[in-house]
Amino acid sequence: MIETCDQIFVLLQHWLVSFLPASWQPAAGVLLSVAAIVCVFPALFAVAVLLERKGLARIQNRLGPNRVGPFGLFQPIADAIKSLTKEDIVPQSADAAVHFLAPVLLVITVFMGFAVLPMGRNMVLVDLDAGLLLYFAMGASSELAVFMAGWSSRNKYSLLGAMRAVAQMISYEVPLLLSSVAVVMITGSLSLTKIVEAQNHYTWGLPHWYIFTPWGFAGFLMYAIATTAETNRSPFDLPEGESELVAGYHTEYSGFKFALFFLGEYVAMFSISGLGTTLFLGGWSAPFSFLTWVPSWIWFFSKLMLSIFVFIWMRGTLPRLRQDQLMNFAWKFVLPMCLVNLLAAGLWRFMGDGWLRWVVCSAILIAAYAGMGLAEMRKQRLGPRSYRYAE
Amino acid sequence: MLGEGILKGMAVTAKNFFGSYFSAERLTTVEYPEQRIAPFEAARVFPFLVFDGADWEAGLRCVACQICEKECPPKCIYIEKSTDKKPDAVGKLQFYPARFDIDISVCMSCQICVEVCPFEAIKMDTEFELSTDDRFGGLLLDRKQLAKSNEYYHQIHSTEAAGVDARLAAEKAKADAKAKGAAAAKTAAIAGEGA
Repeated sequence: MIETCDQIFVLLQHWLVSFLPASWQPAAGVLLSVAAIVCVFPALFAVAVLLERKGLARIQNRLGPNRVGPFGLFQPIADAIKSLTKEDIVPQSADAAVHFLAPVLLVITVFMGFAVLPMGRNMVLVDLDAGLLLYFAMGASSELAVFMAGWSSRNKYSLLGAMRAVAQMISYEVPLLLSSVAVVMITGSLSLTKIVEAQNHYTWGLPHWYIFTPWGFAGFLMYAIATTAETNRSPFDLPEGESELVAGYHTEYSGFKFALFFLGEYVAMFSISGLGTTLFLGGWSAPFSFLTWVPSWIWFFSKLMLSIFVFIWMRGTLPRLRQDQLMNFAWKFVLPMCLVNLLAAGLWRFMGDGWLRWVVCSAILIAAYAGMGLAEMRKQRLGPRSYRYAE
Repeated sequence: MLGEGILKGMAVTAKNFFGSYFSAERLTTVEYPEQRIAPFEAARVFPFLVFDGADWEAGLRCVACQICEKECPPKCIYIEKSTDKKPDAVGKLQFYPARFDIDISVCMSCQICVEVCPFEAIKMDTEFELSTDDRFGGLLLDRKQLAKSNEYYHQIHSTEAAGVDARLAAEKAKADAKAKGAAAAKTAAIAGEGA
């Protein structure tokens, strides 16, 4: 029974496919999984948007949307109808073809990332040996879509937003990759299923998730910072900074195309949280050994929603950074921390079992954090603003 | 320590998040169409014209001097001065606005018209639910729509209206005294002539 619950989607897929001739079965199986992914995540997107609006409202001591349905639960439906019935405006001087392609490309690249994410035991669309590589390749191509949108709109705000987005995403791609490299170093594999398998062990009922190691914890923090910047979420939401750029690279999009951007942004958030879950939080494995009877996909999606909640929480708390602060933070703090983390991960790998590696790795990382933190904070000399040309 | 401020901030927002479910006094907003907050006395939205007495057309304090029209920064006031004179509330012959329109889609609620008016004729209203499905005609208010009684003014801005009334009464008393003085002098002069 437990086994059936755990594998229910896999079994369902096998059962549905079994009606087809044998030569069609592999292709039909893949199509079915793709359809499932393409349905589940937009549905989750609707839930997340409602959660975000309610959560932000509560953080600001408001009630949030409560007009459509009980407790405003049907708000996403109203939003969907609204965005679908709006006029689709293409600016006269826009590059129409690129303007049309940008949201499509964004959504495609964002969904491609799910191909290699294991969402439960045996629940992975393609178990690539270089899954992580494919994931990052797809993540990097979404930057192209963002720049296409900004460039083709022929609008200064869009272009500025797109420039910022590209600068930011490329800067934070580096720490994102480097923080994941530590996991790859320890696991010895780029396959995401293998990475989850490696964490799916228990000692005294506690899991061997990578976040519970010094290098894993530091790596997770750096990964979380980099993902927030990659998905253009607050406090790194400069590319769409409403107060200065209207809406950034999607200023000139309306109706369904805008909805696609919105969808792409949230689905990217799900997918990158899913990857973080896989890399550091043990993917679909249970947090305690006595809870292993709960279906694996429930664990995956609860960890995913927990990350989304943290994203919302951060958005409700932190103010937006300035462009120079953003860049300084990436290159002067996150990147060096990632490099130190690589050293710590290497030591962890070759120092063998025992308490010594805990002490050494933690000491290195804490020293690096404290040292770099002090160096960063000492430089803040706030005085009256001086202008070179004005005045 | 780096990141300390972030953690403190996160604690504050978490407290707000959970607190808003447990204590109602945390919630700073009201559910507008059903619940309303009593308007503040200093609230001001768009200007209106004050009239004295019962008849709005006869009682308008406005004498069509057009100072407000000239001073209005966004130029949202349109006044047509009358060609004849009518007695105002005091009985004095005055020009009156044959046409007085305010385009509230242009008005920026700056209150400059109120400040410059020497006749206390234009004041700020507190009515804010002015949405209409006719964005041209519906937002261009004519003098009939703008005219509101002095009693209404007392109702929405009681302190301010009391001050205005006192000032007008003082002015009237002064004018009366002057007129009386002039009349007395005149009668004295006539009496002197007769003597």
